[in-house]
Amino acid sequence: MNDNQPAADSLKDIQDIRRIMERSSRFISLSGLSGIAAGVCALVACWFASQQITDYYKQYDMAGHFDGPAFQRLKLNLLVLAAAVLSIALVASFYFTWRRARQKNLPVWDLTSRKLAWNMIVPLASGGLFILAMLQYNEWRFVAPGCLIFYGLALVNGSKYTLSDIRYLGYLEIILGLVCTQFTGYGLYFWAVGVGVLHVVYGVGMWWRYEREDSRE
Amino acid sequence: MRNPINGLNKVFDNRIRLGVMSILVVNEEVNFNDLKQMLEVTDGNLATHLVNLEENGYIRVHKGFIGKKTNTTYEVTKTGARAFSDHIAALENMIKGIK
Repeated sequence: MNDNQPAADSLKDIQDIRRIMERSSRFISLSGLSGIAAGVCALVACWFASQQITDYYKQYDMAGHFDGPAFQRLKLNLLVLAAAVLSIALVASFYFTWRRARQKNLPVWDLTSRKLAWNMIVPLASGGLFILAMLQYNEWRFVAPGCLIFYGLALVNGSKYTLSDIRYLGYLEIILGLVCTQFTGYGLYFWAVGVGVLHVVYGVGMWWRYEREDSRE
Repeated sequence: MRNPINGLNKVFDNRIRLGVMSILVVNEEVNFNDLKQMLEVTDGNLATHLVNLEENGYIRVHKGFIGKKTNTTYEVTKTGARAFSDHIAALENMIKGIK
């Protein structure tokens, strides 16, 4: 009996080492529900945006140009819509991830989430500024593909610091963005798929894989 | 108590020192508060073990400032990383040996 004691101790030490390494290098509280929430927000936003754009084109037939007050109004409306949806989506995703962290008794803001945030912010912020610069020159065609590609890169980069499944979501976003460059008139549809559908599908998948068990109890 | 020829490192007998090393081998540089939060230990307790690891040459200490607050970060040394991986190998051998 006693002969097994050193082995049992060793096994426990190895398990501890493994657990601490995992826990200190990856943010594991990311919730699938966050993805679902963000995706649903995006889909609703895409629907509103397509309504607005359709309405605008009805008037465009009569006015016949892009620089009239109706176009300025459309631009403003879309920007407000985008900002509103982004805020709601962020709050909702943070909420579900915060809840998940609390369930697991882990801090939300620690070494791992700081690393994750920083590694995603670098590609996201550079992409965002780049896209704003394109808009400055009225180059709107690559806004949707640009968003998808930079977001995909941010996910691939961030996946090293959280659940690694995120990497494949990143690849999908990048591919979708690149395909979108060839169909510039359909940016909104690509966006709806990339930011809406993919998030919901991924969110459901991750919830199923990591959280289903916990939520039964 | 433990058999000296099995290659286990005495320094890593302690849970906290083992934990500190586990964190530092997968993270480039970690500050005191993050270590404390991750290992759920008290300031004094952690500090003692960090001094021990430093004296053994397993970790390097960088004292810095963020604004007026001190920000001390810790980094694993080559010796430390070597000692740690030898220790893990020894643990693995123990498990294999008894099976």
